[in-house]
Amino acid sequence: MTEILTMVAQRLALGLLTLFVVSLIIFLGIELLPGDLTEAVLGQSATPETVAAFRRELGLDLPPHTRYFEWLGGILQGDFGKSLANQREISELIGVRFANTLFLAAIAAIISVPLAVTLGVLAALHRNSFFDRSVNVVTLSSISFPEFFVAYILILFLAVNVNIFPSISNVSPDLGFWERVYRVMLPALTLTLVVVAHMMRMTRASIINLLASPYIEMANLKGLSRSRIIVHHALPNALAPIINVIVINLAYLVVGVVIVEVVFVYPGLGQLFVDSVIKRDVPVVQGSCLIFAATYILLNLTADVLSILSNPRLLHPK
Amino acid sequence: MSTDGGKHEMGEVLLEMRGLRIEGQSDEQWHEIVNGIDLTLRRGEVLGLIGESGAGKSTIGIASMGFARPGCRISGGTIVFDGIDMTAASEETKREIRGSRIAYVAQSAAASFNPAHKLIDQYSETPVQHGILKAAEAEQDAKDLYRRLQLPDPDNIGYRYPHQVSGGQLQRAMTAMAMACKPDLIVFDEPTTALDVTTQIEVLAAIKDVVRQSNTAAIYITHDLAVVAQMADRIMVLRYGDLIEEGDAREMLANPKEDYTRQLVAVRTYKKEDAAAAASERPLLDVQDVSAAYGNTLLVLQDIDLQVERGRTVAIVGESGSGKSTLARAITGLLPPLKGKVLFDGEELPASYKARSRDQLRHLQMIYQMPDTALNPRQKVRDVIGRPLSFYLGMDSQAREKRILELLDMIELPADFADRYPGELSGGQKQRICIARALAANPEVIICDEVTSALDQLVAEEILKLLQRLQDDLGVTYLFITHDLATVKAISDEIVVMLQGRIVEQGEKHEILTPPHHEYTELLLSSVPEMDPDWLDGVLEKRKAAQ
Repeated sequence: MTEILTMVAQRLALGLLTLFVVSLIIFLGIELLPGDLTEAVLGQSATPETVAAFRRELGLDLPPHTRYFEWLGGILQGDFGKSLANQREISELIGVRFANTLFLAAIAAIISVPLAVTLGVLAALHRNSFFDRSVNVVTLSSISFPEFFVAYILILFLAVNVNIFPSISNVSPDLGFWERVYRVMLPALTLTLVVVAHMMRMTRASIINLLASPYIEMANLKGLSRSRIIVHHALPNALAPIINVIVINLAYLVVGVVIVEVVFVYPGLGQLFVDSVIKRDVPVVQGSCLIFAATYILLNLTADVLSILSNPRLLHPK
Repeated sequence: MSTDGGKHEMGEVLLEMRGLRIEGQSDEQWHEIVNGIDLTLRRGEVLGLIGESGAGKSTIGIASMGFARPGCRISGGTIVFDGIDMTAASEETKREIRGSRIAYVAQSAAASFNPAHKLIDQYSETPVQHGILKAAEAEQDAKDLYRRLQLPDPDNIGYRYPHQVSGGQLQRAMTAMAMACKPDLIVFDEPTTALDVTTQIEVLAAIKDVVRQSNTAAIYITHDLAVVAQMADRIMVLRYGDLIEEGDAREMLANPKEDYTRQLVAVRTYKKEDAAAAASERPLLDVQDVSAAYGNTLLVLQDIDLQVERGRTVAIVGESGSGKSTLARAITGLLPPLKGKVLFDGEELPASYKARSRDQLRHLQMIYQMPDTALNPRQKVRDVIGRPLSFYLGMDSQAREKRILELLDMIELPADFADRYPGELSGGQKQRICIARALAANPEVIICDEVTSALDQLVAEEILKLLQRLQDDLGVTYLFITHDLATVKAISDEIVVMLQGRIVEQGEKHEILTPPHHEYTELLLSSVPEMDPDWLDGVLEKRKAAQ
C-alpha cells in the first residue's frame, strides 16, 4: 500500500513541476505577443506619454521576471490579480465561469462516458454484426464533423424544427439545478457526440484485443456466457487503456469547449478566455490558461493512479 | 454410441469421434489440420494424445467440447459426447456441457488464469454460473480439492491472485478448477510442459491421484512420451493431423509398430562419446569468484568459479531461477558482475560488454532459447548472417556472399534460404540460422541458452547433432545452459549443477551421472520422466520411503 502512496506522491510532485513549467511557458508566450492592453484601450492615436503613463499605472513597465514572480507569488496565495479591462478580481471572475464550464463538462461526461463504455462493450460482444458496424459508422461520422457544425445541426433539429431545448444556453447563478441541466442540454449533447467515438472505439478495441488471451479461451471452455466473459473477464483487464482515453476526453470536455460555448453563448471559461484575448486582458488569459493546464494535469494524474490501481499485480503485491 | 441411461459404469463409451476433420485458416485459405480422426474414450479411461507441434492434438482435445479456436472450424465428422452430438448441438447446449461435464486444463496456468480475479473466485465461477452450487459451497469444495492436490495452506491459498503463487501451484489450482463440477471428462493440454522437472513430478503425481480417485475420464495431451506413459491407459500417436498408431500404453512403449513411434520412443537416447579433456596450460574461459545481482537487491549469482577447456562442452544445468542464464549474462558482460572476474584465454575481460574490444566480443557468441524473438522478422537470412561478417570481420560484399553460402552449407540448409525471411522458416530452421549467425563471427566460445527448449524433441535432437558436428569440425567450445537433463546427457563433456545462484556440484559427465550424487543432483536426475509406465509410482514410493 505504501508503494502506491509513494507512487501517487511522485506523480503529484511531477504534476506540480509540470504546472510550474506551464506557467513559465504561458507567461513567455504572452510576453511574445505584439501589443498590449494600453494600445487596445487607448487606440492608435494615443501619445507615447499617455501610453507610458497608463503602462506605469498597470505595472506593465516593470521587467518581465519581476512581473512573472509577482504573478506566480500571487497565485500561490490564491490571488490571480485584477482584470486589466474592468478591474475586477480575476479569481472571482474566473471562479463563476469555471464552475459553469465544469457543470457543462460534468453533464456531458455523465451522458457520454456510460454511453461510450456500454456501446463499446456491446460492439465487442457483437463484433462485426450489423449493430457493431452501425455504431462505428454513426460515432465516426459525428466525430468527423466540426463541432460548430454538429452544434448548429442540433440547434436546427432540436431547437428550431422541434422546440425541445433552448438554442441559447444562458444560465445565471439563481437558476435551479434542473433548469440549468435543461438549458445546457444542447451543448452537452454536442460535446457527447464529439467525444463518444473515441472512448467507444477504445473500449471496443481493448476488449477485442484481449479476446485472444488464453484466459478468455479458458472462460469459454468453462461454459460461461458471452456477456459474462466480456464484462467479467475482459473488461477488468482492459480498464487501463479505457481509463486513459476517458480521462483525455474529460480533459477535452473542460479545456476544449471554447467553440461550443461560443456557439451556445454559454457563460463558461472558454468564452471569457476568447473575450480576454480579444481585449488583450493578459492577467485573465494567463489565469485561464493556468486553470486549463491544472485541470489537464490533474485529470491525467487521476488516470495514471486509476490505471495503476486497476492492475492487480500492483494492488496485491506478492 | 448411445447411452443406456441409468448407472454409469466403467467401460461404457463416453466420447466418440468419427472421421473428425478440422480446418485452419491462413492467408484467406482453409486447409485441413486434422484429417479424419476416429477416437473412442470410455468412462474412467485416460487416453494419451501424443505428437509434435502441428500434430493437431490440442485441436482434437478441445474439439471434444465442440470448440474450435478462432481461425479454425470443425469441417466434418461427428463428435458424440454421452449421446449428444457436439457438432450439431446448439451453442447453449455446448455451453452447458463445457466446464460442467467436460473441463479443460491448459498448458500455461499463468496465462490461463485471469490476472484480475482471485483463484477461488475463478474456481467457484464454473459451478455457480452453471447453477450447480452456491458460492459458499463451491468455496468449501475448492479448499478440499486444494488440500487433496497438496497445495500449501489450502484454506487460504485460494484468496490469492494468480501472480501471487508459483507455477506448479497454479497448475494444481487449475486442475482443481477443472474438477469443480465433477466432470465426466477432463482434457489436460500439456499441463506440465512449462514446469521444471522437480515441479512436474509433483503435479503429475497430484493429477494422477485425483483422476484415479474420482474415476474421471481424461484426454492427456503432451509431446513427451515419457510423461504420457505415466498417465495414460491408452495412447494415440498423431502426426500432421493423422493417426499414426493407437494402442495400449504399455504395449506401445514396449513394442512400437510404426517408425515414427519408434523414433519418439528412442528420442532421448542420443549420446555423444566421452572425450577426455585435453591437457592444457590454462582454461579458455575462466570465471573467477563471480557474484551478480539485478539492481541492488538479492544476489542472483554467488561466488561462481568455473573453468572451460578449449573444444569442450560444459553443460550448466538447473531449474528456473537457479541463475544459469544470469551467469551467461555476466560472462558476456550484459550484466556486469558485482565482484569477481572473467578471463578469456588468460586475459581479463572488462566487466561490461561496452568496454570490450570488438575482438573480445567476437570470441564470445550467444544462441538464444527463442529463435522467433532472436531474429529480426524484417531481415532476410542473408542480412542476419551477413551482419557479423561485416561488423566483426570487415568483409566486403563479395567475400560476405561467399561466406554466407558456406555457413548455410554448414548448418545443412540450401543456398536459396539466404533470400528468405524468418517468418518463412520452421522453428528448427530458425534455430539453425541463429547458429549460423553465431558461427559467422568465428567465435571461440558459443554460449547456448536453452537452445532446444522451444523445439520439438526430434527437431531438438537434430540441432544437438548439428552442434556436435560443428564442434568436431571447428573445435568450437560450448557453454550449454539447459534445464533438460536429457540434453545434458546427450551433449556435455562436463556438467555444472546450479541451485539458487550457487554451483552445487561440477565435474566430468560420468562423475556427475554416476552415484553417489549430491542430494540436489539426485533429486533432478530422479525427476526426469522415463519411458517406463511404472516410473512415477516407483519414484514416489522411493521418496516416501526415504522420508
